[in-house]
Amino acid sequence: MKRWIMVLPLALFLLVAVFLYRGLYLNPSELPSAMIGKPFPEFALPAVQGGKTLTRADLLGKPALVNVWGTWCISCRVEHPVLNKLAEQGVLIYGINYKDDNAAALKWLGEFHNPYQLNVRDEQGTLGLNLGVYGAPETFLIDGKGVIRHKFVGVIDETVWREQLAGLYQGLVDEARP
Amino acid sequence: MKRWLAAAILGLSLAGVAHAAIDTYQFANDADRERFHQLTKELRCPKCQNQDIADSNAPIAADLRREIFRMLGEGKDNQQIVDFMVDRYGDFVRYKPALNSRTWLLWFGPAGLLLGGLVVIAVIVRRRRSQRAEGVTELSEAERQRLAQLLDKDQTHD
Repeated sequence: MKRWIMVLPLALFLLVAVFLYRGLYLNPSELPSAMIGKPFPEFALPAVQGGKTLTRADLLGKPALVNVWGTWCISCRVEHPVLNKLAEQGVLIYGINYKDDNAAALKWLGEFHNPYQLNVRDEQGTLGLNLGVYGAPETFLIDGKGVIRHKFVGVIDETVWREQLAGLYQGLVDEARP
Repeated sequence: MKRWLAAAILGLSLAGVAHAAIDTYQFANDADRERFHQLTKELRCPKCQNQDIADSNAPIAADLRREIFRMLGEGKDNQQIVDFMVDRYGDFVRYKPALNSRTWLLWFGPAGLLLGGLVVIAVIVRRRRSQRAEGVTELSEAERQRLAQLLDKDQTHD
């Protein structure tokens, strides 16, 4: 028998082992978003505060985080102080109040401070659907032209911000600078 | 006894219904209803990942069912509805993935492995067969002399 045939089972085993090992550290709830590189969907929905109609044009101009949240979402509560801190540092954050009761949302913003520049009231979840949202919190990173550049599913904490998102956001800010 | 049997049958028949999420949609015709069932079975819930959206009680699955119902009402065909979902949620939502550059391994991998296995078996069988065929051939003159020598040597040592 040729030598390479003797090594073949070992090679196959190693190949499979590498894939399975990688699989151990994959998070199955993180789906690759189909929206990356696509323009932020059009919408016309009222604002959470004031009820003025907001459209896609209101989100354009500067790179920003678009944070999908709801008062029914427990992890959003964990995320909220981090968003407050980011807003204080000058990070532009827009909110989508997803499938929520508006009175509850107003109460939440009053109680826990409001880090959002604007807040879209998406009671039916139609904008969420067009964004491919399947839970909360989810956060999109859009550039000044309104193209979705990144999506993060789950709670943004200090580590996530530092290691994953801060660099991307800064990159978009630098990109927007003439 | 009869009562027990009736209860058991009733229980079993209910079990079949219990797992399906309950919506009340009025379809224009039976064909639409059929397509609705087919599509909701074929699309996967993005939140509760091992359920189709027909089966799932997650709010997002209910939203997707509503969207499918709406699009059926608008007269969209199955391909348009599936594309709508894939545009938003990616290939992930399809239980029947489309054939493209990212999924060809998924589609043809198993057949490829089977074919590879058959080839390996064929090679092994053929090699064995040719070995056996060689085994029957006569020894050459030189080999016969060497055999005799070896046997002789053995005997002298005894």
